[in-house]
Amino acid sequence: MIKLEKRAQPSRTLALATPVIAVVITMIAGGLLFATLGKNPIEAISTIFWEPLFGEFAFYYRPQLLVKGGPLILIAIGLSLGFRAGIWNIGAEGQYIMGAICGAGAGLAFYPMESIFIFPIMIIAGALGGWIWAMIPALLKVKFGTNEILVSLMLVYVAEQLLASVSLGLLKNPEGFGFPGSRNLQEYASAHNAELIAGTGMHWGVLFAFIAVILSYVLLNKHILGFNIRLTGEAPRAARFAGVNPTRLILFCLGTSGALAGLAGMFEVSGPAGQVSIDFGVGYGFTAIIVAFLGRLHPVGILLAGLLMALTYIGGEIAQSNMGLPAAAIQVFQGMLLFFLLALDLLTNFRIRLAVKGAA
Amino acid sequence: MTGTLLSISGLTKAYPGVVANDTVSFDIQEGEVHALLGENGAGKSTLVKMIYGLVKPDSGTMTWRGEAFAPPEPKAARASGVAMVFQHFSLFDALNVAENVALGMENPPKMRDLARKIRRVSEAYGLPLDPNRTVGDLSAGERQRVEIIRCLLQDPKLLIMDEPTSVLTPQEVEILFKTLNKLRSEGTSILYISHKLEEIRTLCDHATILRLGKNVGECVPAETSARDMAELMVGDTLQTPTRSTEKTGDVMLDVSGLSLQPTSPFGTTLKNIHFTVKAGEILGLGGVAGNGQDELLAALSGESTTWPDAVKVKGQDVGHLGPNARRELGILAAPEERLGHAAAPDMSLVENALLTGMIRKNLTSNGFVDWSGTTEFAEQVIKEFDVRTPGSDRAARSLSGGNLQKFVIGREVLQSPEVLVVNQPTWGVDAAAAASIRQSLLDLAAGGAAIVCISQDLDELMEISDRFGALNEGRMSDIRPAAGLTIDEIGLMMGGAHGMEVAHSNEGAEA
Repeated sequence: MIKLEKRAQPSRTLALATPVIAVVITMIAGGLLFATLGKNPIEAISTIFWEPLFGEFAFYYRPQLLVKGGPLILIAIGLSLGFRAGIWNIGAEGQYIMGAICGAGAGLAFYPMESIFIFPIMIIAGALGGWIWAMIPALLKVKFGTNEILVSLMLVYVAEQLLASVSLGLLKNPEGFGFPGSRNLQEYASAHNAELIAGTGMHWGVLFAFIAVILSYVLLNKHILGFNIRLTGEAPRAARFAGVNPTRLILFCLGTSGALAGLAGMFEVSGPAGQVSIDFGVGYGFTAIIVAFLGRLHPVGILLAGLLMALTYIGGEIAQSNMGLPAAAIQVFQGMLLFFLLALDLLTNFRIRLAVKGAA
Repeated sequence: MTGTLLSISGLTKAYPGVVANDTVSFDIQEGEVHALLGENGAGKSTLVKMIYGLVKPDSGTMTWRGEAFAPPEPKAARASGVAMVFQHFSLFDALNVAENVALGMENPPKMRDLARKIRRVSEAYGLPLDPNRTVGDLSAGERQRVEIIRCLLQDPKLLIMDEPTSVLTPQEVEILFKTLNKLRSEGTSILYISHKLEEIRTLCDHATILRLGKNVGECVPAETSARDMAELMVGDTLQTPTRSTEKTGDVMLDVSGLSLQPTSPFGTTLKNIHFTVKAGEILGLGGVAGNGQDELLAALSGESTTWPDAVKVKGQDVGHLGPNARRELGILAAPEERLGHAAAPDMSLVENALLTGMIRKNLTSNGFVDWSGTTEFAEQVIKEFDVRTPGSDRAARSLSGGNLQKFVIGREVLQSPEVLVVNQPTWGVDAAAAASIRQSLLDLAAGGAAIVCISQDLDELMEISDRFGALNEGRMSDIRPAAGLTIDEIGLMMGGAHGMEVAHSNEGAEA
């Protein structure tokens, strides 16, 4: 009989080791899955993990790591603040879309003027767009006690409708021959979020993501606000006793995560994506939730988890095109990663004991 | 009836890292009230769980009326005639008394017959209880009666009672003792677990004393002084708190017309509470749990805010201020619930020191936490209050209840409060630690602080309070000097015995 026993003190070693173990178990279970699909499991796993980094076309895939990882990290850092405090913003995808619409809209409003002020204005507009979208569930929660999970999630679908609407209307490219979608911001120098160092995938959004990691680390470990966030998540009643104002905390956490998601959307639309289009949202906002938990809600963990997640995306795509693996199999593989991670998380707080049944 | 009902010999039960019971042996005679005495963590609960079949002993034997007794589960223990009233009730609020009793039975009779039975047993033993009342509306004392009657319906040979008086007023205790005496006279044995020595001296025929899992002594309580029993329990000479001569000064805390709606649906409404506390004075507030203690602490700590002049400190209105603004003015508090309210379980002691120490110890600058200063403060609390822990980086939940309580009280005392409000400062704390906590409160008062001590331990309140009041259904009784108060007067202040006397007078009339 297996028994779980609560540890007096959470194990620090295991807290660090379990993500690695989870990745290894995912590789094994994923390998089995690919084998049952009739593919060579070792080849499949190495395609996903090895090919993007050191394969023949790594020069192309490596920058993609930052391009895909950047927004994931930026969004996940914001989400982790709220998650730490027990405030569940599930609607980062919507805030990401709103940031893109507002950021791109602000830029296109100046078209075709060229100025160095346009890009900073777009950054502010993008952050504001995400912030406002997150303030809706925040204010409803504070004023009426609504559930932020439901409201923020529902607002994703509203944002998607808005995205379709502006792609076909307000922001539609007048010279686009009737195709949906805005002007291409990559062709508008003042609004283009170009690579900072050519060929690395490093754009402004990635830089912002790294800055967010550092600031979030400082906030959580050195600042009283970060302490209050952690305290609220761990013991809400103790937080109230410590004088934490829950209303302000909800507004701060939801607002910050919304603003960061909005920034991610704005950097994406003005850089890698290039234009506002109906299919702009590809699920970064949802994947970032996985990234946040994969990284243990810890800034450095999120940085590594974001890159790992980006790797499985890129590797997954290679495996799809090179080996003919179905997209669903790749998604299952990514799901396994989260599953094993959360399951193993138990070990940091509990130890497993094998007890012989029936012993008197 | 004479003879041995249950004989326990060499019972041992070890949990990882701790031996809960180490070769414990004693006998329970037929028709005796046997006390099991010991501090928290002495292994009393584990021992009775083994008798009740909830825990299996690692080694050792039990003999029931001459036959080997090793109940594999509570059902088997019940079949032999063991019944247990737990400290924490297992009742469903939404069901009525009879339905709750039926839930615990293997073959419940028809509801109507059961209700009649409940009424008969409750009258026979002087425990008035209407089978049709919803449990959610019952007081703690009445809920306990449901549990007792549930046991009595099984016609037990051995009734185990785990700390039964912790939720009762003195009058209710008296009624309970009458019931237990009646049971004893009918030949039922009772295993009575408590750490309240005076109770044991009045009620029990025999006492077994446990310390750190071992049987350290037996005595006849009526012939042994409470002090001797306490020293057996603690294994040390007890330090009785000493107080300096009272010299009270200006009014520090002035509560007037404090009314407050509860924030939770099961909370108590505070109704028009008035009291003052002077510098150097300890106001003891008694009352049965759930009569507004938590709410009063919240209203004083600032967790619940009211209109400004309901709470005044040194003449300044503070009723509208939050906890940190009040800390700035010198009002500190230590709530009852250690884990989750006074301290965050998974955070380190250093982080928990920051939790309330931030303002008065100046542990932040521009919002950035001074971790080295915080660590210093945490170490100071650990050192001066003798908190036993391997280090200040340990999680709060890894400490034992008593050690964490010392930390929580020490954290507030070392911030030199001008007004300190504590709720159940020694709840679940061993006698030696309790004495040192009480001493620190007395010292703090001697230094000129005003202290409000909310507690359900009347002995504690009588020991340290200058004046005494009681909370009953959110109302405050008159506040009277503690010296010279009788137990009867205290009981009346706490809200009487909820009509329990009536049942016994009925019983007298029938007889």
